[in-house]
Amino acid sequence: VKIEPKRLLWVEHVVRIRDQKDTAAFADLFAHFAPRVKGFLIKSGADASLAEECAQDVMATLWHKAHQFDPTRASVATWIFTIARNRKIDLLRKQRRPEPEDLTWGPEEEPDQADILTLQQETELLGTALAELPQAQRELIEKAYFGDLTHSEIAAQTGLPLGTIKSRIRLALERLRHAMK
Amino acid sequence: MTESIKHHLDDTILMAYSAGTLPEAFSLMVATHLSLCDTCRAQAESFDALGGEMLEHIDAHAGTALRRNSLEATLALISGGPVETPETTSVACPVLPKPLRDYVGGDLNAIRWKPVGMGVKQAILPTSKDASARLLLIPAGMAMPDHGHRGTEMTMVLQGAFQDEDGYFARGDVETADSNMHHTPVADIHEDCICLAVTDAPLQFDSLLPKIAQRFLRI
Ligand SMILES: [Zn+2]
Ligand SMILES: [Zn+2]
Repeated sequence: VKIEPKRLLWVEHVVRIRDQKDTAAFADLFAHFAPRVKGFLIKSGADASLAEECAQDVMATLWHKAHQFDPTRASVATWIFTIARNRKIDLLRKQRRPEPEDLTWGPEEEPDQADILTLQQETELLGTALAELPQAQRELIEKAYFGDLTHSEIAAQTGLPLGTIKSRIRLALERLRHAMK
Repeated sequence: MTESIKHHLDDTILMAYSAGTLPEAFSLMVATHLSLCDTCRAQAESFDALGGEMLEHIDAHAGTALRRNSLEATLALISGGPVETPETTSVACPVLPKPLRDYVGGDLNAIRWKPVGMGVKQAILPTSKDASARLLLIPAGMAMPDHGHRGTEMTMVLQGAFQDEDGYFARGDVETADSNMHHTPVADIHEDCICLAVTDAPLQFDSLLPKIAQRFLRI
C-alpha cells in the first residue's frame, strides 16, 4: 500500500512534541490541522470566533496530551478528531461526554514500527474509500459527523452507504483487535 | 470477559457516539458497554478513524481561515499549562464500569435507590434532558410489567440476568427496543438483576396499574 508521506510525518511530529517540546513540529501540525478543526466546528454550528478559540484549545490539548497518543491505534487525524469532537460536545451542546474505561495495557513499551505502519496504512485506505464514494453518499456521512443528522435520522436513512466502506472498517477493526490482545 | 457478551450495540449508535451527536444518556450507555466489550470498542474506534478522515478532507480554505496571530495565541495557551483533570480513585472489582461510577459517585453501595413498588428500585442519573438514564434493580425471579415503547429504549445488564421474548441477557448484553417492540422482561432467579436503562421517550404500559406506577417511576 502506498502511504501518503505526510501521514507518517505527523506521527513523528507528535513524538517530537512529546519528547523534545519541538515548537517547529507543532507549528507544522498546527498549519495543517488547526484550519480543519476550525472548519469542522463551523460546520457543526459554531460561530467563527468560538470555532477559532476552540481550535486553539484543541491544538493546545494535543501538545499537553502528546504522551497519550498511540500510533498503533489511531492516526494523528483520528486523534485530533476525537479531541475536537469532545470540545464540540462540551462547548456547543453543553453536555458531558462519558468515555469508556481505559484499557489496562500492561507495561509501557515503545510501539512496534510495523504495527504503526499497518494502522496508518489501514486508515489511509479508509480515507481513500471515503473520498471515492459518490458525492451524495459522502455528504450523508459528513452530515452524520457534523451533527446535521440525529441518530434516529441516521437509522431512517436506509441508504446510508456504510456498506461501501464497511470492508475498510472491518480491516481497521481487525487491526485494533490485534493491538488489544 | 468480553467473549460472553452476545448482544451488542449496532453501527448506527456507534457511529453517532463517535460523531458526538447522541443525547448524554445514550452516550453513557455506549461508554458503559465499551468498557466491557472490546469488539464494540474496536468498531467505535474505527468510526473515530472515519471521523479523522472526514476532518482530513475538510476544505480548509472555505471561509475558515485562522486569525493572523492564531499560532502565537495557541503557544501562549500552551505555556499556561494543561487544565487539571481530577483523578478518580479506583475500586477493586467494581460492578459498575467507570463511566457509571463517575455518575453515581462510587460503586453499587453509593447508588441511592428509590423503591418504586413490587421490590423494584431505581436511581435516576443526572444527564441532559433530551433523554433519561436510570439504574434499575429487579429482584431475582421478578417479572416487569408487559410494555411497549414510544421511542428507543436500551437496557444493559450489569449484574444478574433477564430473559424476554428476544433472548437471554447477562452482564454486558444490551437490548435495544424500539416502538415496534413489546416485551415482558423476567429477572433470572439466581441473583437480583441490576441494569442501566436509557430512553428518549416514556414507556407505554398496558394495564391500568402500571400506568399509575409510571407516574412514580418517571419512565
Ligand atoms: Zn459489544
Ligand atoms: Zn422495555
